[in-house]
Amino acid sequence: MDALIEYSPSLLAGAWITLKVAILSLLLAISTGLIGAACKLSKIAPLRWWTAFYTTVARGVPDLVMMLLVFYGGQVLINQVSDYFEWEMIELNAFVAGVLTIGLIFGAYFTETFRGAFQAVPAGQMEAGRAYGMSSWQAFWRILFPQMLRYALPGIGNNWLVLLKSTAIVSMIGLSDMTWLADQAGRTTHQPFIFYLAVCALYLAMTSVSNALMQKLERRYNVGVREANV
Amino acid sequence: MEWFDLTVVTGSLPEFWRGLWMTLHLTAIALVVGFVVAVPLAIARVSKNSWVSAPVRAYTYFFRGTPMLVQLLLIYYGIGQSEWIQGMWETGNAFWLLFRDAYFCALLAFTLNTCAYQLEMFAGAIRNTPHGEVEAATAMGMTRATALRRIILPSALRRALPPLSNEVILMLQGSAIASAVTLVDLTGAARNVYSRHYAPFEAFIFAGLLYLAVTFILVGLFRLAEYRWLAHLQPRRNGSASAQED
Repeated sequence: MDALIEYSPSLLAGAWITLKVAILSLLLAISTGLIGAACKLSKIAPLRWWTAFYTTVARGVPDLVMMLLVFYGGQVLINQVSDYFEWEMIELNAFVAGVLTIGLIFGAYFTETFRGAFQAVPAGQMEAGRAYGMSSWQAFWRILFPQMLRYALPGIGNNWLVLLKSTAIVSMIGLSDMTWLADQAGRTTHQPFIFYLAVCALYLAMTSVSNALMQKLERRYNVGVREANV
Repeated sequence: MEWFDLTVVTGSLPEFWRGLWMTLHLTAIALVVGFVVAVPLAIARVSKNSWVSAPVRAYTYFFRGTPMLVQLLLIYYGIGQSEWIQGMWETGNAFWLLFRDAYFCALLAFTLNTCAYQLEMFAGAIRNTPHGEVEAATAMGMTRATALRRIILPSALRRALPPLSNEVILMLQGSAIASAVTLVDLTGAARNVYSRHYAPFEAFIFAGLLYLAVTFILVGLFRLAEYRWLAHLQPRRNGSASAQED
């Protein structure tokens, strides 16, 4: 227990890194997902094919394999480019590789979430917005987007929980997130059990807070929807 | 192509196959054992008696709220390296000796993890059983156990098939972390090939393709299973089949 108290500042610093990786990946994944959904619903066939290819590969290959490919493969590419231009050695940062990989993988999941949500909004809503004289951009932001979010929220919440937990694998490319720090502390103190348990508690705290927030958000976006009472 | 040397892949094929085989049986055993344990626990989960349902709820809360990698490390390094367990090893207790084995620890972590997800799926499906089906069973004079065995479980497990196919694929992908505890699964084989040849593209892209191929096969198998067991829930097609034959 003393060891845990001694190492708690380091573990909390690791938790902060985990959160940073998760939130930045989430932002990347949501933007990728919105673009992906637009491509999947587009009239241009090659765009749809590319997005189908992207979502298939991103969901069919393990996140760890993808991360190792981005981290080690990316380094080789960078070396070749910097050799060509005779730059100094640039080292690919594990943080950047982690955020890029997790963000792009979950971008595929968000693509599917947003595509389904956009399709769930009745077409008449957008038509009504246009009939009131809104530009298509205005009608999109004022009418389509808020209603789409209502359908997308449960999916967003789910994806976020899976994303948050998959950040643990960044410890395998050496980023000092809380899993990595717990591993180090466990080796030095010979008490790995208590440190991994502490990491579990921190993840549980994060997922529980996320769940509470999601419920609040869902209530906010479901104002105006009456649930069936049985 | 300079950056993709096929001879690296062809030269390491036996290693990749052994890794793939490890991935496949780890995943398959965890899924099957997890399923067998998940069904009775799902029934406990929907029990109205909170002494029965609360422990199951606590179990799924822990295993679904934490990363599988941390669970694996907790079991392999955490349990295996505690002094108390090491004392048990010296007595030669066969059960505790298992925790020295990375394969057993990975199997235990994967099974506990997938069991938690599967049992929540099944519990959800049991709760969503149309009430009329249960009433009909009671009206026929079935006891609760008979209704569960004949009516509720067959219906609920069928409806759980689509989320189950998702879980099977997630488990296949999740098993890639086995290489964190020295096991040479498909990802582990790719990491070995990478470090021997310093060839990241060859190693990881080929491993990724193999994972993708297995995923496709699994998706296809589940589609067949859904066609077979969920045919009665499919939306009715417009125009009967006989009309099209004419």
